Amino acid sequence: MALDRSDVEKIAHLARLQIDEQDIPEYTQNLSNILDLVNQMQAVDTSDVEPMANALDAVQRLRKDAVTEDNNRENLQSVAPAVENGLFQVPKVIE
Amino acid sequence: MEWEAVIGLEIHAQLATKSKIFSGASTAFGAEPNTQACAVDLALPGTLPVFNEEALRMAVKFGLAIDAEIGRTSVFDRKNYFYPDLPKGYQTSQLFHPIVGIGHIDITLEDGTSKRIGVTRAHLEEDAGKSLHDEFPGMTGIDLNRAGTPLLEIVSEPDMRTAEEAVAYVRKIHALVTSLGICDGNMAEGSFRCDCNVSVRPKGQEEFGTRTETKNINSFRFIEKAIVGEIERQIDLIEDGGRVIQATRLYDANKNETRSMRSKEEANDYRYFPCPDLLPIVIDEDYIDAVRDSLPELPDARKARFIEEYKLSDYDAMVLSGDHNLATYFEIVAKAANDAKMAANWVMGELSKHLNQNDTTIANSPVSAEQLGGLVERIKDNTISGKIAKQVFEVMWAEGGSADEIIEAKGLKQVTDTGAIESIVDEVISKADKQVAQYKAAEPDKRGKMLGFFMGQVMKATGGKANPGAVNGILKKKLDALCD
Repeated sequence: MALDRSDVEKIAHLARLQIDEQDIPEYTQNLSNILDLVNQMQAVDTSDVEPMANALDAVQRLRKDAVTEDNNRENLQSVAPAVENGLFQVPKVIE
Repeated sequence: MEWEAVIGLEIHAQLATKSKIFSGASTAFGAEPNTQACAVDLALPGTLPVFNEEALRMAVKFGLAIDAEIGRTSVFDRKNYFYPDLPKGYQTSQLFHPIVGIGHIDITLEDGTSKRIGVTRAHLEEDAGKSLHDEFPGMTGIDLNRAGTPLLEIVSEPDMRTAEEAVAYVRKIHALVTSLGICDGNMAEGSFRCDCNVSVRPKGQEEFGTRTETKNINSFRFIEKAIVGEIERQIDLIEDGGRVIQATRLYDANKNETRSMRSKEEANDYRYFPCPDLLPIVIDEDYIDAVRDSLPELPDARKARFIEEYKLSDYDAMVLSGDHNLATYFEIVAKAANDAKMAANWVMGELSKHLNQNDTTIANSPVSAEQLGGLVERIKDNTISGKIAKQVFEVMWAEGGSADEIIEAKGLKQVTDTGAIESIVDEVISKADKQVAQYKAAEPDKRGKMLGFFMGQVMKATGGKANPGAVNGILKKKLDALCD
């Protein structure tokens, strides 16, 4: 299955990736190659196989409902680019 | 043309766990920003989610309460989108294999008819954080305390046709989750919120019209208003030759209208896929049976018991059982007062009136069930009249205190001493020659009605404290004696 330029632009937008115009043909080719591989695997008959949600042959372990984390704000916010009044600051996201 | 609305609802109920769905941070409401957001909630590299067993149990409880199929194997999926209050870049949710499958509830409408509403599914997911847009120029402040709070998203079938049905459905779900103890139901704090999908179509048409979704409405009244308004808007639009655009809308309570937030035509592409950080959740029959055995009394059973045990009317039982806190409150009052009918009247009357006027809820009532029970008990044993009781209730509401303390402090105890009442009656009669003459002149079967004037005078003289039954008897005896 071949992707075209607009598919790659859309994928980049959804992933919030800025890509260079000149690289788009290469990305298009590489991503198409991956899909070709997927297509090859699609040829295998899996009608008797239960789809799996995880590669590990195990089930989820559960945690007791208990508060185990203390306030660690100062530490955690020390790596944030901007903090004010305890709030993380980001560029304004609505008009 | 006659139009018909089609309504489907998505309710987000915040599950009442102590800790978050995938981390050990607290879910308590109202903390300082970001003091309850740990490394997992912040999506710092290398952290992994661990699922909270209580969130699972609560979801299963809900599923059993609506007669739904419980997912023996359920799977968490990633819903991918970018927004700063979602630090992972995806919301962990359940799309393909939700914990709760198809179920249903029955709603009862004002006219007494009932209707079955389908529940398509209910799934577990995490809440996002909170964005504060107005506090800093050019910047948005992010508080991640709410990030990772467990939610149960309950999705209905498009089975509702009127705003009234929609509100009855929301109230029923609210009563269910609060009765089950899986959600505190606090709509003002956002613990229980509702998205309304509304479309209209010519009556009789099979096919659905284009729908809009109005987000995050947080009161029963606003749900009703938003739906009524949106139905009208869509009908007007179509009748004027326009068409409804599929869009997400916001309800503005101040203007009582919905307005467009974003058009679904540029809809997000969420690219759901199974979350590789979480394994499938597998539960067995023993687990489900154990949860079923732990279910408390549900609203429908409670309503039936109220009719049976307390001899309440169908309507009273429906109103009182329709809200978990109200039902619990009523039962305490009824037991304290030893009179269910009177307790129901006070809870649904004076108390509800005060709660509405002060825009508060039963959980925050300044008058406790024990206090009100004590008050009703004093009406029942004739210490005070119903009228005086309203005065006592006002004081109780404003200043607190038990009924006995207030009755004592304000000197409101009913006068039942016959001697005292007789002397007041004598005084009233001696000052009312005109009315006494009229009474004498009246036909004996008309006289009963004329007692009202004298009754009023005696009550005025005693500040309403005389026992009405005793006054009535004494008045009649003395006046009739004058007629002989």
